[in-house]
Amino acid sequence: MTTRTDTPDAATTGQRAVAGKLVIEGLCKRYGATTALEPSSLSVTEGEFLTLLGPSGSGKTTLLQLICGLVEASEGRVVIDGRDQSRMPVHQRDIGLVFQHYALFPHLTVAENIAFPLKMRGRPSAEIGKRVEDALAMVHLGQLAKRFPRELSGGQQQRVALARCFVYQPSIILMDEPLGALDKKLREHMQIEIKRLHRESGATIIYVTHDQEEALALSDRICLMNHAKIEQLGTPRDIYERPRTAFAADFIGISNIFRGRWDGNGSLDTAHGRFVLPSGAQSPGAEPAIVIRPEHLKLGAPDGNAVTGRVSEIVYAGSETRVIAALGDGGQLVLRLGPDDAVPAINEDIVAGWARDRAVLVA
Amino acid sequence: MSAVAASGGLLARAGALRFGALWLAVPGLLFLAFFFVWPVAQLLGLSLFDPDSGRPSIATYERIAATDVYLRVLGITFRIAGYTALYSLLIGYPLAYWLSRLPDMYRGRMLLFVMVPFWTSYLVKTFAWMILLGRSGIINSLATGSGLVDQPLSLLHNEFGVMVGMVHAMVPLAVMTMLPVMAGIDRRLVQAAQTLGASPAHAFWLVYFKLSLPGVAAAGLLVFISSLGFFIVPAFLGGRRETMLAQLIITQVQELLNWPFAGALAAMMLAAALVSCWFYDRVFGLSTIAGGSAQVGTGRIRDIGLAILSGLARVAGALSSLTQRLLGRRGSGFILPAFAWLAIVFLVVPTLLVIPLAFTSSQFLEFPPPGYGLSWFRTYFESPLWIQATIRSFGVAFATAIAATAIGGFTALALANSRTRWSGLIFAFFLAPMIVPRIVIAVGLFYLFARIGLVATDLGLIIGHTVLAIPFALVTMAAVLKSYDQRLDQAAATLGANRLKTLTGVTIPLVKGGLVAAFLFSFITSFDELTIAIFISGGVKTTLPKQMWDDMILQLNPTLAAVSVVVFVVVTVMLLVAERFRSSSSSSS
Repeated sequence: MTTRTDTPDAATTGQRAVAGKLVIEGLCKRYGATTALEPSSLSVTEGEFLTLLGPSGSGKTTLLQLICGLVEASEGRVVIDGRDQSRMPVHQRDIGLVFQHYALFPHLTVAENIAFPLKMRGRPSAEIGKRVEDALAMVHLGQLAKRFPRELSGGQQQRVALARCFVYQPSIILMDEPLGALDKKLREHMQIEIKRLHRESGATIIYVTHDQEEALALSDRICLMNHAKIEQLGTPRDIYERPRTAFAADFIGISNIFRGRWDGNGSLDTAHGRFVLPSGAQSPGAEPAIVIRPEHLKLGAPDGNAVTGRVSEIVYAGSETRVIAALGDGGQLVLRLGPDDAVPAINEDIVAGWARDRAVLVA
Repeated sequence: MSAVAASGGLLARAGALRFGALWLAVPGLLFLAFFFVWPVAQLLGLSLFDPDSGRPSIATYERIAATDVYLRVLGITFRIAGYTALYSLLIGYPLAYWLSRLPDMYRGRMLLFVMVPFWTSYLVKTFAWMILLGRSGIINSLATGSGLVDQPLSLLHNEFGVMVGMVHAMVPLAVMTMLPVMAGIDRRLVQAAQTLGASPAHAFWLVYFKLSLPGVAAAGLLVFISSLGFFIVPAFLGGRRETMLAQLIITQVQELLNWPFAGALAAMMLAAALVSCWFYDRVFGLSTIAGGSAQVGTGRIRDIGLAILSGLARVAGALSSLTQRLLGRRGSGFILPAFAWLAIVFLVVPTLLVIPLAFTSSQFLEFPPPGYGLSWFRTYFESPLWIQATIRSFGVAFATAIAATAIGGFTALALANSRTRWSGLIFAFFLAPMIVPRIVIAVGLFYLFARIGLVATDLGLIIGHTVLAIPFALVTMAAVLKSYDQRLDQAAATLGANRLKTLTGVTIPLVKGGLVAAFLFSFITSFDELTIAIFISGGVKTTLPKQMWDDMILQLNPTLAAVSVVVFVVVTVMLLVAERFRSSSSSSS
């Protein structure tokens, strides 16, 4: 990752690596009485792909806008490359932002769009020509250089937006739901494309999405957000296998969640019975619950933890079969059966159990 | 289209019905053909034939070319119209930009500061400036009273007076034309430019300004064309040296009865307007006026344009960093709002100053009034001349509004339901009365009506005003129908409603607000229309604006202030009601 040569303190590179590429300290944004982002702290290392994931209104876009300077923070600091840039105007931050609807300039050609950031930095025109060409080749759009954005398909416009961002090698690249406007097939294709660009350029990327599958597929780490604050920060595997809250468990993947009361003795009293907690479970928070992923539920009752229900729906999905069962209290249970498992019939009463250590105790 | 086919119920008839939608535009087309195209064409034809022998002749044009006075007037007209367009853009652009950046709710309210001056009668506005700028006017009495100057400044009957009046009259038109274009610019593009490293000045000039250029050009074009045909402002605020083409035409028709000559002058004015339109179309494409996307030029001209913009950006960047150093970041942020408010004061205050004068107890238009009373309103209400004119204006405006709304509404419906290549052309044709200078239409109609006995009749007035009001009614209705969800008609059709029931039971109730707005805009257009009234209403059959014009030519008096207030109040109330209906109609659909 090369940085702009006009960045003055190139000598402090070693220090930067220690401090992290991007460090956010107590960053917060309030609009009058409403809080768009509670004071939050976060550190991103060089070359990392971090995803801000959360439902709409969770503060992820606000955090992104605070990082790039489109919105001014109420409190806190944004440190990029070891320099406090909290009060730096947008155009001096050396940050790249890929917009949700691409924000390509309609009056400029594809090549001119990509050249724009280089021109703003006063690069010599020979260098601009070369780098634009390279960037176009990188996103496989060399033949469309002279077209105008409206003459391109959505996927092509998205590639131009990516090229316009990668071409000037900003310190950090931010992406605001960049694939939100594309259909599913194209979205999956572009995910692979973004992964490749990330790998090839070594760029530090912060990616915003509300799509958990996208987050799992792309990220080195996921920053899960809810109610204007960071809910959990960790690797995709971390968050999937060890969610810390019921929200985290519910938002990422499918979960069976049983709320209950901790009896102080390694078990949880729930409406469906007393369940033995995983070994070594710490004393939980105020509203404890256990989470069991559908693939960990087995028909039958190993180790004693089990619930009973009546099969209400069977969804065949090729590599797996999803069984939905109604529980006594009106709740629902989801099981994922492998291709070799026996599938129950609709309205059949079943007992589903799980190995004690497959469950996760959440707050 | 498929709504029409489906509601017809017979797929076999789809072809006939598709055409059927366009038939709704036929009454309007015929009306405009007979009362707009025919008279204008005839007037232009007059200039090409010798009046005595009836043979083709270009003698009138030769006379114009040979006479110094006419060429000078032509030059003056172009100069004044050009400067008016320039200053209106310079004042209007920042104002429109400021308005477009306001939060939606707030903008609606601020927009009234532009809408009210836009619809306020030119006569009232001009009257206000006469009071303000006159030798013993408000500005001079304040200036001499405070000892700032010894001699009254000469602000009236010169080019300064004309320019002030013209720019004041035209800034609202410029703002209203630029606003939709600015509102259509995606704000994120400016943000994107800044994240890519463009300073705010660069982001504005290279992206925002470039994208707003079609609006700027459209505004310049409309202001220029409207200014070409102006006569009220130069007649009252200008001197002999500011005589404009329209005044010359009026003199030729009313005093000299020289029809061929008036025709030739009108032809020149029309040609100037059309050439401007053609030039605009070459550069930007006419469809941008109707909200289409601009053509993007290619090649050298485009490169030069972009180079000029980056030069501007560099200068503006240097300027803005200078002002930031002088005023601080916060202080320089106030420049735009301060300018916008100054522009609003310029637009609104002169008209408001007329109000206290209407209540003066004095015999003269002195400011501030020595005392207050209702005597001038009494004079107005007790004068049969004024009251008859007022009643006639209301009646004519009412009939005009009904006719224009019906024609505009049916045409809008026809165009909304048809997507043939004709619809763009038909739309442009219906807007033509807005482009062709009013004075040309008025003189043409006068010539036509003189021969079919419609001069000095209410019907003649109604016909003439309807021609002028149709574009406003059509634009209002087209905008409402554009946001109207055609699938509702399809839904009604699948639920068993025939075309008539769909129209009366679904479409009309949903676009009611637009209909009322179109009615009121047409009403206002007719209510303060003067140009046609000057020629068509004669003798006792006079309208309110015509009566004002006659009085203003004779002598300024406080009755005029009282009448101005009445006109201002009527128009403003109608406008506020129209705006309310229009916004409620477009937000509900």
